[in-house]
Amino acid sequence: MAARKILPWLGAAIILALLPPFLLAIGQPFYLDLARRILILAIAAVSLNLILGYGGLVSFGHAAYLGIGAYAVGILGFYGVGNGWLHILAAVVASALVAAAIGAVSIRTSGIYFIMITLAFTQMLYYLGISVAEFGGDDGMRLKTRSLFPLVDLNDPVAFYYVALALVILSIFVTHRIVHSRFGMVLRAAKSNESRSRAIGFSPYPYRLAAFVISGAMCGLSGALYANHTNYITPNLMSWQQSGDLMFMVILGGMATASGPVLGAFALLLVEDLLSGWTQHWQVILGPLLILSVIFFRRGLAGIFYKADA
Amino acid sequence: MTFGLVFEQLLNGLQFGVTLFLMAAGLTLVLGIMNFVNLAHGSLYMVGAYLALAAANWTGSYLAGVALGLAGTLLVGMLIEVIALRTLYARDHLDQVLATFGLILFFNELVAILWGRAALFASPPSWLSHHIDLFTGSRYPAYRAAIIVVGFFVAALLWYVVTRTRLGMLIRAGASNRTMVAALGVNIRLLYTLVFGFGAALAGLAGLMAGPIYNVQPGMGELVLIQVFVVVVIGGIGSVRGALVGAIIVGIVDTLGRAFLKPLMATVISAPAAESAGPALASMLIYLLMAAVLAFRPQGLFPARGG
Amino acid sequence: MLEVRALTKNFGALRATDGVTLEIAEGETHAIIGPNGAGKTTLIGQLAGDIRPDAGTIRFAGEDVTALPTPRRARRGLARSFQITSIYRDFTTLQNVALAVQARSGHSFRFWRRAHADDSLISPSQKILEEVGLEKRMHVVAANLSHGEQRQLEVAMALATRPRLLLLDEPMAGMGTEESQRMIAFLATLKRKQTIILVEHDMDAVFRLADRISVLVYGRVIATDVPEKIKLNEEVRKAYLGEES
Repeated sequence: MAARKILPWLGAAIILALLPPFLLAIGQPFYLDLARRILILAIAAVSLNLILGYGGLVSFGHAAYLGIGAYAVGILGFYGVGNGWLHILAAVVASALVAAAIGAVSIRTSGIYFIMITLAFTQMLYYLGISVAEFGGDDGMRLKTRSLFPLVDLNDPVAFYYVALALVILSIFVTHRIVHSRFGMVLRAAKSNESRSRAIGFSPYPYRLAAFVISGAMCGLSGALYANHTNYITPNLMSWQQSGDLMFMVILGGMATASGPVLGAFALLLVEDLLSGWTQHWQVILGPLLILSVIFFRRGLAGIFYKADA
Repeated sequence: MTFGLVFEQLLNGLQFGVTLFLMAAGLTLVLGIMNFVNLAHGSLYMVGAYLALAAANWTGSYLAGVALGLAGTLLVGMLIEVIALRTLYARDHLDQVLATFGLILFFNELVAILWGRAALFASPPSWLSHHIDLFTGSRYPAYRAAIIVVGFFVAALLWYVVTRTRLGMLIRAGASNRTMVAALGVNIRLLYTLVFGFGAALAGLAGLMAGPIYNVQPGMGELVLIQVFVVVVIGGIGSVRGALVGAIIVGIVDTLGRAFLKPLMATVISAPAAESAGPALASMLIYLLMAAVLAFRPQGLFPARGG
Repeated sequence: MLEVRALTKNFGALRATDGVTLEIAEGETHAIIGPNGAGKTTLIGQLAGDIRPDAGTIRFAGEDVTALPTPRRARRGLARSFQITSIYRDFTTLQNVALAVQARSGHSFRFWRRAHADDSLISPSQKILEEVGLEKRMHVVAANLSHGEQRQLEVAMALATRPRLLLLDEPMAGMGTEESQRMIAFLATLKRKQTIILVEHDMDAVFRLADRISVLVYGRVIATDVPEKIKLNEEVRKAYLGEES
């Protein structure tokens, strides 16, 4: 990578790494909490960017995997299993399996059908979450124990922050490799011109399904972290509002860019935090803001900083 | 589980199906003709319920409430179309989804500002508050029966308009080949506004009729909307007939499932297991149904779109 | 190489393909001509796999491919170029061809190595671009190529899949005279190495390149013969050449 390209990344990483000591020094631990939440959801946004930004699959149900990852942690804890590695494994595997099942059915469709179907399946999981009373149902459940890892204690807010930061960087890097590999090229080609792709011999379906599963698994990881972050899990994690939020993070940040999802996560969640501080009816302002951003600001934040990857 | 009980739930399923149909008919036409994904369709349902309730309380008359509610929703629908949605017809589906998502947030909060977040109580008119006697010996709420009647009347009206009038012909042509209709010199903008307004009015009707049965509260539209999506997917985009068939199937499957799955399961597995698994499975039924239909016919049962 | 028997396709009441029967030998360059609305695009669509015929069979290299979807026919060596340019507009010329090369190189479930640094993709792509004459425009984003260059890219991508049969749908569409001449010269070099089905309006190209010509009118093949005989065919002149000349 050219030095010029790596510089902004290095700079951003350094700023984010210095954030905790800075925030603690000025006595604002709440913002550390917020920053951590943003980073965790940024991982979900990165995962969605893979299939939405690069793959062109308008999956309106991605929050499902946040929920699955979170509940994996919660349910294991409920039954006395606290081992962090098992939590992560369960979250990722469960999300991957569900993504495989949902993807297998949905990816055969396209366009409007695909959007509605992914939304419907996530809603199904949402209702499933509500109706299983054992795990809190509507009200959700408290985490019995945070994920236990040998070297790092997630109960330490600063340590947890650095874990989240490291995972964001890792997820961006992994996505970057995937997107520029042969696999990624097929995915992007199918988005760019599907009939051309078929004419040269690519069947988009298996590649899209694989991307869908990878994306779901990554989002499941985000969900597992989120459960640890909030210490509390509710089915609302799988609501369509949450899915919409994730999509907006990807769009606002800039689709099919490496930094877009993170930028978008920061932008959206900071705006939401700001607005909700002003008024409890902040959504009446956010709604039109989002509409305007779609109409006028399509290229996203990353487009301001540099041209999107070809 | 007597026959009377089953029949009563069947009627409930029909009533729910009719509500779904009213929403699905408008949505499927907008999807098919204008190729426009309108997530805010649920908001129109909500607006209909709130406007009718407010108007009824203000005028003291149920029917005035219905009329004003319908007119109001039609107006709101056309306003949204002209102000916010026109620019989105040319955009891709993602943009439409995101923009109408913003609309949902806006409307839900607006309604909360005007009428609060708590669920409001809407009651059927006094002349529909009684029960009618069924041939099975049990009694059924007249209001719900009225909904079924109104729903089928609207279905018949729609059938007439779509198959026997010029407007209907344009609608059917537009659903299968939009560009052709435009090329024939039809005023597409007007057609779009009319179709959208029509769909909005239907959604509003569904909402105001549903008010006394379900809760009138912010966000009520989205709960129904997703089930309406299931109906449209099963029925096929652009097809009113598909919307009717899909809606009845979904309405009945969902209602019967919620009523009888748990006791049915309790006969084969243990009672406590059925207690938790029953409602869970029941809430998943229509989505599993959708998946099953998709496995065999990814375009739905009666897709309107031609090659 | 290609055997089409009694191919039929209806769109409602319109019979777009009416019992078409063709036999294309290996190494032959076979042109399909016909007036507008004759059903050439529908026929190509069925040969390529985008459109499912209502009746009839298509055999490619001895195998019945009638039910096979487009990607699988492409992987068996049936390549096609589109009448309306269909390239990857946001990728560079080189990336466009590299994707075609990649498509014929087994499965693409490789997640780690960068595709643009993969020499097994880049070298063959560069060679093909040299053959076609686009090597100087390798790193230009495809959307910025001139129309003629994009048509060249269309053909290059079809070639890059190392096809056994080339389906060229109006390769010269929208090209100026000079560009057309260059394309014809290039296609002439392919003649010896490829089996080609050429759909074209440009009669100059057709008569210079074709070993045999089939004339399609209202979905039916009214004549299949060598170019000299087609020129003299009464029916053909009535139906088509009379309008064209």
